[in-house]
Amino acid sequence: MSADVNRGNRPRSPHLQIYRPHILMVSSILIRITGNGSTVGMLLVLWWMLAAAAGPEVYAAHSAWLFGWWLSYIVWFGVIWALWYHMLGGIRHLVWDEAIGLELDTAEKLGWAIVIGSVIGAVLTSVLLLIF
Amino acid sequence: MAEFLLPKNSKIKVGKTWPKPAGAKNVRKFVIYRWNPDDGKNPQLDTYFLDMDECGPMILDALIKIKDEIDPTLTFRRSCREGICGSCAMNINGINKLACIWGIDEQKGDIKIYPLPHMPVVKDLVPDLTHFYAQHASIMPWLETKTPAPEKEWLQTPEDRALLDGLYECVLCASCSTSCPAYWWNGDRYLGPAALLHAYRWMIDSRDEATGERLDDVEDPYKLYRCHVIMNCTQTCPKGLNPGKAIAEIRLMAQERLH
Repeated sequence: MSADVNRGNRPRSPHLQIYRPHILMVSSILIRITGNGSTVGMLLVLWWMLAAAAGPEVYAAHSAWLFGWWLSYIVWFGVIWALWYHMLGGIRHLVWDEAIGLELDTAEKLGWAIVIGSVIGAVLTSVLLLIF
Repeated sequence: MAEFLLPKNSKIKVGKTWPKPAGAKNVRKFVIYRWNPDDGKNPQLDTYFLDMDECGPMILDALIKIKDEIDPTLTFRRSCREGICGSCAMNINGINKLACIWGIDEQKGDIKIYPLPHMPVVKDLVPDLTHFYAQHASIMPWLETKTPAPEKEWLQTPEDRALLDGLYECVLCASCSTSCPAYWWNGDRYLGPAALLHAYRWMIDSRDEATGERLDDVEDPYKLYRCHVIMNCTQTCPKGLNPGKAIAEIRLMAQERLH
């Protein structure tokens, strides 16, 4: 099914450059971004566990890198949010796979729900982790 | 493969700004994508000003006024001017719509008009839809039957006919497929929302007897399953149809016949 579609060096019309973002488009690409972010987060967890396995001195030194300073708080909050977002996005896909919730207004509400839900979930999880 | 940036020959330059109409009080600015296959230059954005007191209400009215009164070289497709032929689909302020049924007063600020996204451009606002039409033809957009034809017509109950509502209205304007990032990156193999909506329309037609073959044809990691439910298709459809849901329904049909 190949068509002669580029006669005379035809330009490609602009796409990402000009398309107006909306909640459905943004909430979709965030699933992929948070999926990759969660992978990075798991590597950090692995780093922490390897340090713990290497003995108390190594653990203490590496823990100082991983926790307790401003950037570490931001990174761990990001990882927790990414996990929440990716999970809620996955649940949305499960619902959509049943061809439910695909009317435009419902789908848009689901988009906002996973964005807002993931932030609430991440804040609650972070607060719990900070208390205990 | 996803290629997020435009190739070198497609980068957009600043073009010509045409003078404002003299003595007009209600002026609006139109920024329009131009590409001429004959001058060897890159695409450019030309700027036009129109007196809204002298212009019809729709985007297409503005384009026709520009072509008639300012710049006769401006090239675009149009025919019915009432949203039934699907010719004048284009990207208007970041969303694909039919210019003839999209009001100028629905737009805030300047109005930016580009051809349908991620397509080879023939000239100005005219994209090459050859591949899009070939994909539509590939889903067998006609009634397939095996039993001998009845003496009169193939009958259908009103309930079965009602199943086709929201599907048969598609005018193949290509707004949905060219709004879809999955189609942008893999349009050579992914059928896209328009062709799949038509595929579903024939799959659920009570008179059609080729549902199995139709499902066999689209059950493919690319043809059907490249859809990531981004829903740009449904959001953009100028006719208010829901190709995203049609794709989900096809997937359900493919799942259910396994049991």
